[in-house]
This record gives sequence, structure tokens and C-alpha cells, in this order.
Amino acid sequence: MTSTTLSHAHPVHFDAYGKKLGMWIFLFTEVLLFGGLFLVYATYRFLNHDAFHTGSAQLNVVMGAINTVVLLTSSLTVAMSITALQRGDSKRAINLIMWTLLLAGTFMFNKYYEWYTKWEHGLFPGMEHYKELSPGESQFFNLYYFMTGLHAIHIIVGSILLMVVAYYIKKGTINQKRYTYLENGGLYWHLVDVIWIYLFPLFYLII
Amino acid sequence: MTAIPQTRPYVNFFDEKRGFMSWLVTEDHKRIALLYFYAVMGFFIVAFVLGLTMRLELIAPGATILDPQTYNEIFTLHGVIMIFLFIIPGIPAIFGNFALPMLIGAPDVAFPKLNLISWYLYVLGGLMALSTLLYGDGPADTGWTFYAPYSVKTGTNVTVAVLAAFVLGFSSILTGLNFIVTMHQMRAPGMTWFKMPLFPWALYATAWIQVLATPIIGITLLMIVAERTLGIGLFDPALGGDPVLYQHLFWIYSHPAVYIMALPAMGIVSETIPVFVKKSIFGYKVIVYSSLAIAFIGYFVWGHHMFTSGMSGPARVIFSVLTFLVAIPSAIKVFNWIATLYKGSIDIKPPLLYSLAFIFQFAIGGLTGLVVGALATDIHVHDTYFVVGHFHYVMFGGTGFAFFGALHYYYPKIWGRMYNLKWANIAFAIFFIGFNLVYFPMLVLGMMGMPRRYYDYLPEFTLPNLISTIGSWVLAIGLIIMIVNLIRGRKGPKASTNPWGSVTLDWTHTQSPPSLYNFDETPQVERGPYDYRNYEQYLQEHNKN
Repeated sequence: MTSTTLSHAHPVHFDAYGKKLGMWIFLFTEVLLFGGLFLVYATYRFLNHDAFHTGSAQLNVVMGAINTVVLLTSSLTVAMSITALQRGDSKRAINLIMWTLLLAGTFMFNKYYEWYTKWEHGLFPGMEHYKELSPGESQFFNLYYFMTGLHAIHIIVGSILLMVVAYYIKKGTINQKRYTYLENGGLYWHLVDVIWIYLFPLFYLII
Repeated sequence: MTAIPQTRPYVNFFDEKRGFMSWLVTEDHKRIALLYFYAVMGFFIVAFVLGLTMRLELIAPGATILDPQTYNEIFTLHGVIMIFLFIIPGIPAIFGNFALPMLIGAPDVAFPKLNLISWYLYVLGGLMALSTLLYGDGPADTGWTFYAPYSVKTGTNVTVAVLAAFVLGFSSILTGLNFIVTMHQMRAPGMTWFKMPLFPWALYATAWIQVLATPIIGITLLMIVAERTLGIGLFDPALGGDPVLYQHLFWIYSHPAVYIMALPAMGIVSETIPVFVKKSIFGYKVIVYSSLAIAFIGYFVWGHHMFTSGMSGPARVIFSVLTFLVAIPSAIKVFNWIATLYKGSIDIKPPLLYSLAFIFQFAIGGLTGLVVGALATDIHVHDTYFVVGHFHYVMFGGTGFAFFGALHYYYPKIWGRMYNLKWANIAFAIFFIGFNLVYFPMLVLGMMGMPRRYYDYLPEFTLPNLISTIGSWVLAIGLIIMIVNLIRGRKGPKASTNPWGSVTLDWTHTQSPPSLYNFDETPQVERGPYDYRNYEQYLQEHNKN
């Protein structure tokens, strides 16, 4: 979509405000997508308070905290890349996107490590130990895997978006005058970040 | 907006480019509207035939042509196709896509490529839904609501059906998003929000529901998929899951979705009535606010689907009160339409007939809606044919009729030809009689206590069922005559650019069929959309020939 819209033949000028408005509306849908899950989380937490407590104690707070810092830093680098492009320094903008991608990779690696240690202990959907959990605890881990899994998919999608944007910055179609697509990519990245900021306390911190 | 090349001679959007490929990669909102039209009509006919089959099974007690499992699969597929592939996208994606840019004086929608992507997602979702017929243990047999825990336990192809609904939801969200930005950014100079015609307003309210409600069903359906494929048992009572929570999540989307289906139809009615009575719409602003109020309140009434599912008393009372509240703006619109007709010079043409039928049938559907929205009476008729009759009066008698009204209204604009008016009227009459013959007996059956979703019934329900089945044949004959008449109309006499004498921009400032960018020059809007004072003089000055 990114490249060709710039050159499409309709007699309409490039509407940066409209494109940003569209992105914001799309972000609303993302918020509501996770909103449905937060509702399920709230209900099941209310119904199984003690079990959620036990489940939460089995997560690694240090890993979660590290990942939070990593993701917040990646939001900083993506914001810096927008400023760099607005100042006309497209090389630095691409560099900062690369940093963002590197931090995203770090996040995903930590996430993988966390899931893997759970898997080693048989605490993974479908495995033996998982079936022995109390109903409430199993709901905690159901939600943990579903919500962090969906969030991880969003990290992957966001990374692909940023890669595409970086490619077009290099090509010059996204530039100092037309930086809306980078801004939109950044907005999406911030959203992924914001969702994590809610997931982290919900699963790791609240006791 | 930038200037549009002035010297270009008129070429209509069909002739702009030729060939099959030019349609598959088109970014023109009018062509995308037609792509939607052919796809939607195809799915509609499939689901219509499924409905006829169900009615045939119910012609007499006992098994007649279907076994119980097949009947369950057929009513599920009928519901899924009619709801996700016909009623929800029908009016917005076809007539909204076609007319919205012209009604607000724009050359296209805000994101033409996204518009095309929406269509491909729609087709993908539709094919996924149909594909469930072909493999495995047959199509889903859960009903279109996919209620847990049955939907996570049945061996039928629920996973693909649910993913199809997810993809279709995505398509719906992108269309809504596109329309919102279009209306914010691309109105012609002089067209303030309150000079915008009412069909765009209805689409605007609809688009917000599409954007804000659809993600909830998206995530809910994904949870069903995760439960079926990954063993993440979020709704399994054995694992501490709560099936009633699934019902809540499902209806948080699916009740607002009812307004996604109804609001654009109301927009079509508001658009056609002033044209055929040559009079300004009564209470323009009130209709606008009613649309927004329906969209807003409609978000908070979902619990009325679950009065018998186990909810606290206070919650049931609150949902019931809110349900009664949402009826108010709908009723306001009905009164406004009738007041518009009052002392107008009514010109009975097929589009107006469909709009009048909408008012009549929507009123029955709406009032029976209050019967099921009230706590005490709902307990009596819950899960009976009364509910089936009620929602078919709203969805088919309301939105379905408005859909065909819109088709008859925009026909000369889309193809530049006129169908045979006499045959259109005859088709309408048969269609109207057939419809009421099918569904009115259902209201009676429900009151008598016949439960829904069974392939069989007790002997005392025979007569109304027989009438209903005969009605379904009358309905089918009406539909066939209508379609044949419309197909023949493609070779009918050339229509003038403004055969109905409308004063909105889509008729006054464009050719029939319109050119690629609709307008030769960006229109300057000075008049209100339904200003019929001295309209004959206005049309003489502005109409193209």
C-alpha cells in the first residue's frame, strides 16, 4: 500500500492529515481487540482471585521488567527516527529504525525464553502438567499465553511495517516532506508498547 | 482539492478501461461497488435457496426432505451468509461505495487501494465460509452465534467458518474506516456537516459502529479458534471457563451489528422519500441525531439477548430499559418519514414503494422487538418462532427491502438505462405479499409456542407452517421477476441523468453512468441536500443532459 498510494492516479492531493486520522481509527480497533481480552481477564480474575495469585507467582518478574524497559526504549528510538526524518536526516532515521528492530528482536528472544522455560516444566497448553492445574490457574495461563501470544504477533507485524517503511525511506519515497507513513508506523509501534504496559502489571505485578 | 482536467471529454467509468483485469485491479469506488454487488448477490442467492430449502422441510411435520443434522447445518450456513455476507456489507459496501463520494462531491473515497483490499478480504471470507461445505464433517451446525461450549466440541468445520467471519469483520472495519476519513476530509467546499445528505450521515454512524464493535467479535472468534486448535480452553467450564461470558462477548458485537445492518437502510429511506415527494425531509437534524443516538445507545443493549441465560435481576432490568431507549430514535425516524410524506406530491415509483414497505415492515419488526425486549414477555417467546419472525421483519423486511429499493433507485445512475417500471411494480407487489406470507405466520407460531431451530414440529403448528412455506414460493417468484426485469433493463431505454428529479449532487452534477472522477469540476455546495424550493429551475440550470 505504502509505495503505490504515493503515485496513484486519482486527482487528490496527498492528504497527510487524513492518513493519520485513518491510522488513529485503526488503533481504536486494536485497543478494542485487546479490550475484549481485558474484559475476560477481569471476569476470570474476579471469579478466581486466589488461583490468579498462584499463577502470577510463577512468572519471572525480572524478565518481564527487562522486557518492559526494552520495549519502552524501542518506542524512544522510533520516535527519534521520526524526528530525524523530519530534519531531513534519512540515514539516521533508518539507523534508528534498525535499533528499534534490534530491540524488538531482544524482546521476542526474552519472550521465547520465558515460554520455553514454562514448556520445559510442562506448563504449556496441552501438556501433562497443564492439565493438572486447578480451573482458575489454568484460566490464568490460558490468558497469559493467549494475550502475550497475540501481543507477540503484533510485535512481528509492527516490525514488518517498520522494515517496509525503512525500505521506502532508503528509496526516497518516504522523505522529509512526506513522512506520514513513518509516523503511522511509529504510532502502531507505540500502541504495541502501550498494550505491553498493561499486560506487564496484569500478569506479573498484581498479586 | 486539486483541479480536475477540464478539457477531458465525457467517458463513463465502464468505458474508461476495458477488460477483465482492469476490474480486478481497479481503484474506482464505482467499480469496486459493482464488484461487491455481483459478489453479494451471488451469496444472497445461495443463502436464499438455503432458506427456501428450510421452508420446504417445514412444510409438514416430520422429516420431509432433510435429516436433522443437515437441517442444523443449513440454518447455520443460511445465517452466516445472510448476516456476514449480505446484510452487513450489502448497503454500505455497494451503495455506500457507489454513492457516498458523489453525495459529498468527492472524486473517490479517501483510501482507494484499501477499498479494493476490503473487497478481496470480503471474497476471501465468503469463499472460506462456502468451503466448509466441501470437506471434513460438513459445515458448522452451531447456529450463526457459535455458542460455546458446543462450538468448541462439535466435529463440524467450525474453525474455518469462524475464521471466515473474522476475515469478513476485517473487511467491514476497513470499509468503515475508509468512509469515516472520506467524510471528514473530502466533502466538497461549502458542504458543512449539516449540509451533508442523510445517507452519508447514516453511513457515518454505521462506520463508527463497524470500527468500534467489530474488533470484539474478532477477538471472541479468535478465542474459539484457540480453544479448538491450541487447547486454550477459555470457555470450557471444566477448565474454569464461563460459557455465558462467551455470549456476552458475542452480543457486545452482534447487537450493535444489528444497527450496522439497519442504519444504512434508514439512510436509503431518508434519501429516497424527499425525492419522490419533492419536499424537504421533515426534521433533518433530528434524523441525524437519531442515527448517532442509535449508534451510541445500541452499544449498550446486548444483554437483552441473554435474559434467560442467567444474569442478575438488576442487570436484566437495565438492559431492558436501555432496549426501550434505543427504540425512541428509531421511532422518531419513522414519524419523520411519515411527516415528510404529508402534503407532499407523492410520485409512486419503485424505489419509493420499497421505502414505504420498509416503514411498514420495520415498524412491525421494531414493535415486536419491544415484545422481546421486555423481560416478562421475553421469557414467554424466547427461542420461539416469534424471534425468527421479529428479526426477519427487521433484517429482511427492513434492510432487505431498502437494499432492493436502493438498487432500483441507483439503477439508472449506475448503468444509464431504465428498467421497465410496470414490471418493477408488479415484482414489488409479489415480493411484498410473499414476504408477509412467510414471516407473519412465524410471529403467530411463536406465540403458540413453536421453538426455533428444529427440523420438526408438533401437528398443531401445521397450518401456519404451510402458509409460510407457500409464501416462500411467492417471495421467490417476486425475486425472480425483479431480477429478470433488472437484467432486461440493461438493454432498456437510455435514462436521463436525473430521471427521479433529485437535487442531491450525485444526480445533479454527474453523468449517468458517471465519469471516472464523477465531477468535471469540484462542485460548490450552497443549497441544503433536500431543498426542493424552485427545484425545477435549479435542475434546469444544473442538470447534465
